[in-house]
Amino acid sequence: MISPWFSLALGLDLLAAGGFTVFIIGQQKWVFRLSYWILVVGFVFHTIFLGCRYYDLGTAPVLDLKSALSFFAWAVVGVYLIIQARFKLMVLGSFVAPLAAFLMMVSSAMPWTTGPVKPLFKSFWLTIHVGTIFAGDALLAIAFLAAIMYLIQERQIKQKRLGSIYSRLPSLATLDRINYYGILYGFPFLTLGMITGSVYAQYALGRYWQWDPKEVWSLIVWLLYAALLHQRLAVGWQGRRAAILSIVCFGVLMFTFVGVSMMMGGYHSFGSMGAR
Amino acid sequence: MSEMLKILTIGMNHETAPIELRECLAGETEQTIRALASMRQLDAVREGLFLSTCNRVEALFIADEPDSAKASIISLLSNLGGIETEEILPCLYVLEDMKAVKHVFNVASSLDSMVVGEPQILGQIKAAYTLATQEKTSGVILNRLMHRAFHVAKRVRSETDICGAAVSISYAAVELAKKIFHILEGKKVLLVGAGEMAELAARHLLTHGVSSLVVANRTFERAVEVAGRFNAEPVSFEEMESQLLNADIVITSTASTEYVVTREQVRKSLRKRRNRPLFFIDIAVPRDVEPRVNALNNVYLYDIDDLKGVVELNMAQRREEAVKAGRIVEEEVAKFEKWLETLAVVPTIVSLRNKAESIIHAEFAKSRSALDGLTPAQNEALETLIRSIVEKMLNDPIVYLKGRAGRSTLNTYLDLTRKLFGLDDGASGGYEETGHSRERGIEELGPI
Repeated sequence: MISPWFSLALGLDLLAAGGFTVFIIGQQKWVFRLSYWILVVGFVFHTIFLGCRYYDLGTAPVLDLKSALSFFAWAVVGVYLIIQARFKLMVLGSFVAPLAAFLMMVSSAMPWTTGPVKPLFKSFWLTIHVGTIFAGDALLAIAFLAAIMYLIQERQIKQKRLGSIYSRLPSLATLDRINYYGILYGFPFLTLGMITGSVYAQYALGRYWQWDPKEVWSLIVWLLYAALLHQRLAVGWQGRRAAILSIVCFGVLMFTFVGVSMMMGGYHSFGSMGAR
Repeated sequence: MSEMLKILTIGMNHETAPIELRECLAGETEQTIRALASMRQLDAVREGLFLSTCNRVEALFIADEPDSAKASIISLLSNLGGIETEEILPCLYVLEDMKAVKHVFNVASSLDSMVVGEPQILGQIKAAYTLATQEKTSGVILNRLMHRAFHVAKRVRSETDICGAAVSISYAAVELAKKIFHILEGKKVLLVGAGEMAELAARHLLTHGVSSLVVANRTFERAVEVAGRFNAEPVSFEEMESQLLNADIVITSTASTEYVVTREQVRKSLRKRRNRPLFFIDIAVPRDVEPRVNALNNVYLYDIDDLKGVVELNMAQRREEAVKAGRIVEEEVAKFEKWLETLAVVPTIVSLRNKAESIIHAEFAKSRSALDGLTPAQNEALETLIRSIVEKMLNDPIVYLKGRAGRSTLNTYLDLTRKLFGLDDGASGGYEETGHSRERGIEELGPI
């Protein structure tokens, strides 16, 4: 089952990623505007695709890794569009669009799983659980990208190499703020996602918490982000150290998202969902 | 006739003339007005503009007898500066037609400036042009030329990065501060020591929104003195370490042979500062801030050599951008040349219209008695009808003539048109070129 909406979204994401790459090299504003709108249109198609899938499956389309990655790409672009409206930071797109395009490409390379959905998954709680988790993940992904940009820019300034990279990246303060807000808003979503997840588990499986590998790793991620937020708010961490820690946190988050589900089994694994 | 008119510019700039000579000619507004007045007196000069800045003195003018006009302008310059003609001659450049146009565009876009891309020159040219219009020495061609020059300057500024990066030490410091703090509003500056460059940097930071300035000096009196100039707060040297806790940007410029700020001092302050970024600008030689400070988290140190490196890099970038700007100028010169060529068809178009107008008038007069009974509305409708018929009849020949502009056969067609429509015989031909109708004819040529 190949959805034309998915192909359109994938194509436009790739096109936008290319456009944003041209923009960061050439710095023409019209290239940015073009790429931005391509990304917006791609997002709309992607939304339609997800809507159709939701309607078909009767639940959030995240039950296999293919769908989950595509949903993640959608969430990242969505969060980016909101942040772009607030920060008006043209260069951010040059980092977000390739990430989204990459996620979509990996997603498109995976086979579709078909077959009926277990009634267990047709739950309102699952949609809430997945929606909040992915909103949080997307915000933390933006924070991660900002942290990478921060480290690159900081290196340029410290080493006094004020060339083309330096002039294209925004100020350190801006990048630090994006990182901060990404985590500040991403963390509550993550928390909410975990709470709704355990409520759903109680409702569906009769237990709030059962030491499933994904649950454990999610808790580790949550603790790491909690520590980072604490350091930022209470100790006043900012800049380099906060950036590095947020990159580490995001690495563990990604491992939890992809690695744990694929390698460690448990009821969260896509394999167990595929065998529905 | 306009095809014989020449655009000329005679002048000197920072490259062709020594400062002593330029000084003699560089003057205030009154001197420019005097120069324009004498230009107006010259028969050979149709239109004129006089530009005088600290780096250049230039007369831009339109003449129908270029040789005598050139001689007059040169003697005008030597009179104005009280310099012998022989002395001034080798320092002058004389440019004609498209070379002159290109030069004007280059000057306006700051491509001919000592510091390429510096923004003041455009304002100075605009002022010179305003004076020329006030003194009524500017006419059809200069008006067009200057407006195009402003347009070119705008294009160069928006399409290239020629005015982009800072090319002075103090501006480079401001730019760096912005890359670290994003906005300078609310930031605090600590100035340690004194010195021209350090104070200049402090002043630039203040104009870019820095909220407060604290001045520390070995001798408190000196601190008070420097602080007085900035409306800043003076502190003694011993307080410097505690001031380090509040400051965001520290400019050091003392004569001390030892480090005034050590790594240890900064490291201790960091936690109390809650890791807020700290930017050191060390202008002193020998250096005031221990270089290892740069390795601390959220601390950035730039010494004078680093800043010079930044400036050099930016200069090189500007030179690269200047090549891009040169292409824009070439493009615009070509457009202007085209417009200038269409100027040759203007008199014929104007007399064509004048003739039509006079025929309408004459025929209306003849039929007056028959038309008496018409209501004003009918009268108006009739006039509109007649005019639109005439307009439509004339439209094709005019478009055709404009299309011929710049071709070698143009004169044949102009001649033919004048003969066909009888533009050169009798009073009704109306080749009386009034200033107004000429302007109108040029306006109709439309934007280039």
